[in-house]
Amino acid sequence: MTDVILETRGLRKAFGALQATDDVSIALRPGEIHAIIGPNGAGKSTLIGQICGSLAPDSGQVFLAGQDVTGKDTAQRAQAGLGRTFQISQLAMEDTVMQNVLLGALGKSAAPWRFFGAVLNDKALRKSAMAALERVGLADEQARVTAELSHGQRRQLEVAVALTLQPKAFVMDEPMAGLGAEGSARLTKLLDGLRHEAPILLVEHDMDAVFALADRISVLVSGQIIATGTVDEIRTDTRVREAYLGDEA
Amino acid sequence: MTRESYVNLACLAGLILIPLWAHVSDEPFTITLATRAVILALAALGLNIALGIGGLVSFGHAVFFGIGGYAMGILAHHAQNYTPIAEWPFLIEGTKSMPIIWLLATVVSGIVAFLIGLLSLRTTGVYFIMITLAFGQMLFFFSISWAEYGGEDGLAIYVRNGFPGLNTLVPLQFYGLCLAILLLALAFQWRLAKSPFGLALNAARQVPNRVKAVGLNPFKLQLVAFTISGMITGLAGALFADLNRFVSPTMFSWQLSGEFIVFIIIGGTARLFGPVIGAALFVIIEHVLGGISDYWHIWFGFLLLGIVLFGKGGVIGLLAGGAKAHD
Repeated sequence: MTDVILETRGLRKAFGALQATDDVSIALRPGEIHAIIGPNGAGKSTLIGQICGSLAPDSGQVFLAGQDVTGKDTAQRAQAGLGRTFQISQLAMEDTVMQNVLLGALGKSAAPWRFFGAVLNDKALRKSAMAALERVGLADEQARVTAELSHGQRRQLEVAVALTLQPKAFVMDEPMAGLGAEGSARLTKLLDGLRHEAPILLVEHDMDAVFALADRISVLVSGQIIATGTVDEIRTDTRVREAYLGDEA
Repeated sequence: MTRESYVNLACLAGLILIPLWAHVSDEPFTITLATRAVILALAALGLNIALGIGGLVSFGHAVFFGIGGYAMGILAHHAQNYTPIAEWPFLIEGTKSMPIIWLLATVVSGIVAFLIGLLSLRTTGVYFIMITLAFGQMLFFFSISWAEYGGEDGLAIYVRNGFPGLNTLVPLQFYGLCLAILLLALAFQWRLAKSPFGLALNAARQVPNRVKAVGLNPFKLQLVAFTISGMITGLAGALFADLNRFVSPTMFSWQLSGEFIVFIIIGGTARLFGPVIGAALFVIIEHVLGGISDYWHIWFGFLLLGIVLFGKGGVIGLLAGGAKAHD
């Protein structure tokens, strides 16, 4: 399984009569950005929840770097190498930008049981945190309180925290959500360079970003993957055009 | 230095100078009041680690205060009556030594806090408040029905327990001992708040989902914080019983759990010296207003209302301005 980093096999999840995830098998290969698109209510969030461990599937499995992580919780999957970003920024708003990335570095170190030394003086954690901030272009904002950041900066910080985990795979839930054209372009450029560090499973509504970034696209409709292929294949797939892209394509 | 550090320093100076002045001008009762304030501050400081940093509004912290009190009461009771606590499987005798009492009080409080945390931290919000309250009430009624150790009447200890090299019956010496412990606890909390653990705990309060996503377990972080918190409040309970030379079920009462929360709110939630200022104000107001009217709680209630409505960061917030993310 060395050619697949993150994989789901036959995932199913129902809420009552609603089959939110219906036999979903997707694979994330090294060096690729694999986008998942689909109309509202297609089951994208439910799928992300099962991949990241906040929702248990009714059946099926999730593999990360060849290891079955289906039975593991969110924290264990993060330790195993899954770096996720949230659709709605999950940041400690009262803390500084630096503290938010330090939290990621601390998670990576898996050593939070230290009660005395100041975390801000921890050279190893700081170095990793600073590298992540520089990467997303927030190095100058490190001392600011997160609540003061613009929406676009918060989206960048989301990515920075995931970067500190040095994950084997990224799972990004609508990283462009709420961004204007300029912010979206900046983040697109950033993600473009990230794929060689770790492949990205990208759930995204912004079609410009998806078509610019994705190596492959899977289309999720009513809980089922109706097509997987390259950007051009998806653009020309008639079922996809009917079900999702409509007049847009 | 921030304005908050000046407030803290002024507070520290008061803790040292007021009892010294009382000693010089021969006002032992003032020293006793100050000792009471310091011990209550220590109890609330314990709670502040769970509540202030961890966001865990425990309405049952009197459990640990009471356990600390009864640890002292039971050990000293057996020592003063020359009866063993247990003869089987091996002989356990009582003691009048403060260090041993403190050790037992913190260890037992820690174990109980761990067990209560294990169950109650599965809930959040109002449910957490209610379940911690329920544990508090359980122990309260247990202590009332425990006839061997005085039941409702409690246990009186005739002579204050000893500490090597000190005469704890001298008010200023006992005060110094309590103050030293409070300062150690303050130093501990100061370091803790800036430590890797403090960062993670603080984040677990604000964004538990983020903490999970970076591979840390908020439940474990909060459980450890709750345990540390209970240990400190338990130690305060042992000191409180020694101050009064008396322990009774009131040390388990839910009113006391509420008062600890009130100290923190008055002083300023998650502020290092918040519990100290809160407890000191409470003791002063209790003494002054209590001398005027039996119904002083009404006026105290108005004060609390005022602070909650107008001073969001408590007294420290009023004096030193809004909380700053630590640098």
